[in-house]
Amino acid sequence: MRPTDLTLAQARVALAARELSARELTQAYLDAIATLNPRLNAYITVTAEAALAAADASDSRLAAGTAGPLEGIPLGIKDLFCTAGTRTTAGSRILGDFVPPYESTITAQLLRDGAVFLGKLNLDEFAMGSSNATSAFGPVENPWSRANDPNTRLVPGGSSGGSAAAVAARMALGATATDTGGSIRQPAAFCGVAGIKPTYGRCSRFGVVAFASSLDQAGPIARDVMDCAILLRSMSGFDPKDSTSVDIAVPDFAAAVGRGVKGMRIGIPREYRMEGMPAEIEALWQQGIAWMRDAGATIVDVSLPHTKYALPTYYIVAPAEASSNLARYDGVRFGARVAGGDLTELYERTRAAGFGAEVQRRIMIGTYVLSAGYYDAYYLKAQQVRALIKRDFDRAWEVCDALLTPATPSAAFGLDEKQDDPVAMYLNDVFTVTANLAGLPGMAVPAGLDGQGLPLGLQIVGKPFDEEGVFAVAGAVERAAGFAAMPGVRA
Amino acid sequence: MSVDIATIKRVATLSRIHVEDAALPALAAEINAILGWIEQLREVDTTGVEPMAGGGVVSPGAPAGATALRWRADAVTDGAQAEAVLANAPDREGAYLGVPKVVE
Repeated sequence: MRPTDLTLAQARVALAARELSARELTQAYLDAIATLNPRLNAYITVTAEAALAAADASDSRLAAGTAGPLEGIPLGIKDLFCTAGTRTTAGSRILGDFVPPYESTITAQLLRDGAVFLGKLNLDEFAMGSSNATSAFGPVENPWSRANDPNTRLVPGGSSGGSAAAVAARMALGATATDTGGSIRQPAAFCGVAGIKPTYGRCSRFGVVAFASSLDQAGPIARDVMDCAILLRSMSGFDPKDSTSVDIAVPDFAAAVGRGVKGMRIGIPREYRMEGMPAEIEALWQQGIAWMRDAGATIVDVSLPHTKYALPTYYIVAPAEASSNLARYDGVRFGARVAGGDLTELYERTRAAGFGAEVQRRIMIGTYVLSAGYYDAYYLKAQQVRALIKRDFDRAWEVCDALLTPATPSAAFGLDEKQDDPVAMYLNDVFTVTANLAGLPGMAVPAGLDGQGLPLGLQIVGKPFDEEGVFAVAGAVERAAGFAAMPGVRA
Repeated sequence: MSVDIATIKRVATLSRIHVEDAALPALAAEINAILGWIEQLREVDTTGVEPMAGGGVVSPGAPAGATALRWRADAVTDGAQAEAVLANAPDREGAYLGVPKVVE
């Protein structure tokens, strides 16, 4: 067995038993990156020397008996997390040369626990996208391809496309990611790996480049449910530097993975049965329901009547918040600058050159819906509908403990498909965006393959701060699915 | 409501993004397509619904009516970081950020 074949949980055991050194493990991943990254483009920046030095330090701590819970585990970091001394681009030209002088709380916690950082992972610019095609550093390729059409290059999903592709192709043992409307769960589903967006407030967002602050939440993407549970524990916890961080104990998520679903009530939201949904997705969902029933759960039909309004609500709230958050990129304090005649021209030229088309479009939509005369019709209305969407969930929790839905409305699509129609692209997040609007934990688990041999995922949504319930269901889905397929491009 | 070219130009100015005049019609068409799709929210009855701001999650055990945001002491907790602050500045003069002349 090669080092990159081990899951994170298995690698921890091998490292602790000194059957494998952290340096060997890190070197195996760096070799995989050197071989595969020229094609997949999952990493924007590779920090090979620093990774090997960190691995050596991990080996010393492993030998000394002072190892942390992630000692020697090689991870990729989405390039939205500030890493002190290592360029952090947010996938944008405007931050192309930005070197943060400080560390994000989440990456600081991962380092505290002994993790080794391999480098910074590609993403849609400022995390705005569902295909990783908006990155200023080029698109990421999905390591999977269609059985009958192997030459069409597929997207990894987005915005955490680099994170999902790197984990799937074994260019990282796990990765950090962020999710504002589905950006952990949709790429995880497209790449046949697992990913969880925890409850809003569970993970600190300090040092994570902001997109839409009432929706953004960080989480892990990893090879399986257990690996996600291990990573999430290190990433979670109260942080006074983030005013939305919630002061609540961090449970041992890993203990919940094998708990099973006996006695749980699992809700099936009838509004998630979308018109035009591929039959394979419907069939997988029905299969998932059968698995849960066989595992001892009670299946409950629930209604989330405002589901169809979630995406339009999101496309008011998220751009509005983005237009405010991205006002800081002005060519004055940090980031790229394009000189102009006066200060206003400097701002306008800098932002026109520094932001890509999708980011500019969203800033302008956000500016419009917040502008005088339109605020009530758009922004206030969206906040009201958002309250109704959350109320739908509050009512569902009266009759069930978790929800089971498809993760995405399709399998991964081609790099050249859907890219010219923003609204068609937005529909990728139809099943995931509701959890962001309501602040709930949601997880994608690979559960099957479509007729072309591409992975399809199921999503589990849980009650606020009940990630353990989510992990219990996700673990049961994973065991029933026995998903063992692997992408064609991998280490 | 459909957005005309003049409105798009004004929104670009408010957004501090330079848009060439030639690019305005295509941008207006894109933004109108998105706004047209968003219009469906009008059919939702939101009479008397309290707007939801923020992430909506309140700490367990928080008193009724509590918001998600904590208060903190109004105290200086950091400072004297001029070099770190200026480390990524595109232009600086001494310990200051450099910008084009603003006041004649």
